[in-house]
Amino acid sequence: MSPAGGPKQLDVSIAHKSYRTASGGTIEVLHDMTFALKAGTVGALVGPSGCGKTTLLRIITGLDSDYTGTVRLPDHGKLGMVFQEPRLLPWRTVEQNVRLGAPEATDSDLDVLFGALGLAAHRRHFPGELSLGQARRVALARAFAVKPDLLVLDEPFVSLDAALAKHLQEELAALVTSRHVTTLIVTHSMDEAIGLADRLFLLSASPAHVVAEVPIGRPRGPHTAAELAKIRTEISQALGKVGK
Amino acid sequence: MNVASRLFSLILLVAAWYVGSEIAGPRMLPGPQTVGFALWTEAQSGALAFHLGATLARVAVAFVIAMAIGTALGIWMGRSRLADRLADPWLVALLNLPALVIIVLAYVWAGLTETAAIVAVALNKLPNATVTVREGARSLDRQLDEMAQVFRMSRWMRLRHVLIPQLAPYLAAATRSGLSLVWKIVLIVELLGRPNGVGFEIGIAFQLFDVTRILAYAIAFVLVMLAIETFLVQPIERHVSRWRPKAA
Repeated sequence: MSPAGGPKQLDVSIAHKSYRTASGGTIEVLHDMTFALKAGTVGALVGPSGCGKTTLLRIITGLDSDYTGTVRLPDHGKLGMVFQEPRLLPWRTVEQNVRLGAPEATDSDLDVLFGALGLAAHRRHFPGELSLGQARRVALARAFAVKPDLLVLDEPFVSLDAALAKHLQEELAALVTSRHVTTLIVTHSMDEAIGLADRLFLLSASPAHVVAEVPIGRPRGPHTAAELAKIRTEISQALGKVGK
Repeated sequence: MNVASRLFSLILLVAAWYVGSEIAGPRMLPGPQTVGFALWTEAQSGALAFHLGATLARVAVAFVIAMAIGTALGIWMGRSRLADRLADPWLVALLNLPALVIIVLAYVWAGLTETAAIVAVALNKLPNATVTVREGARSLDRQLDEMAQVFRMSRWMRLRHVLIPQLAPYLAAATRSGLSLVWKIVLIVELLGRPNGVGFEIGIAFQLFDVTRILAYAIAFVLVMLAIETFLVQPIERHVSRWRPKAA
């Protein structure tokens, strides 16, 4: 990655994060959430739904500053993010949406991205004219166009049909491989995580913390059935140890 | 079809007017042809353009001031609960103060000046714009706000591409109701304390019981406002809502 700048890796160390409930009590969402993600690698946070993954991402992206602990972003901390919903501006075209998120992107940057994500024909369309899958692609294009120091993806393929999700996942894998972007992806799909990540961070139920880290051999390479079985055994062993 | 039905309704109106004038007599309600002729004479002498221009200038200045301050205030009140609590009683007071009271007070305090006239009109429109825009600011999409924050959009970009487009329907509503409100109040302001403008002319005509002239000026102004609505407000509205999927 770029030689100058701040720390090379993403360092997350959150001691506490809790919410106040309407009835006056507090719910602890994160407790001793600690992990580090090396520059240029992809980390996947996998955990049961409702365990606080989205909260964690909100803290990392600076949307929530009400917690105790530290978060150090890699390099200059330039963020690219794909939210659970595409979050495009409905009154701007596909191309304008990407340019507004990434004002420094050049024409050729955009050509390449739109080409890779199959959006070339939709540049002048408005988000209301796109399918959900296409809108998700635009959100991906916007996040990559930023040339982020950290790319954050919050369940980017949720509520897509399986075939489309698989297809988009492959496109995403190709992009992160060719660009060496430090990427943090949140998902509840183990297959998605194994298919994309260099390293899995397995989270506990709420209050969430990392219970185990599982490195993936030959990340994003096509895995044989045997390799997949091995990874899955490692995961269940890692989780089994914690369970006791 | 659309144009034809509009035209038909307009012809019906003129016909009703004609019948009415035949019944009421030309002194109470002069017919369309008499008023049309008066309009033509006023236009030829240049008086129409002069008074219309003076009134339009006041409408424009007062409208712009009221919309600018009202929008800023509305956004502020819509986004901050404290601001809303602080400014709301003022707003309610201003909203319920009769236009005439504001006008008379402005003239008493600042004299029969152009400034007093403009301020009085703008103050009458201000609460209306504020309330409408506040409604819009309350329903802003937090998700887009967060997106803009994560992508580090500048203040100006957020205003132009995230905030204003969301407020557009509310701004359009405030513009619509605002233009008609402002021009009605401008006429009263002119009647009470200005030496020119459509309101001033109507005041003179009133003293002479010259119904023809009153109608001529009223119609001229309605036509101008209709043109502004058709050629300015509607095209702008169409442009800013071009992204909405069209109904089939």
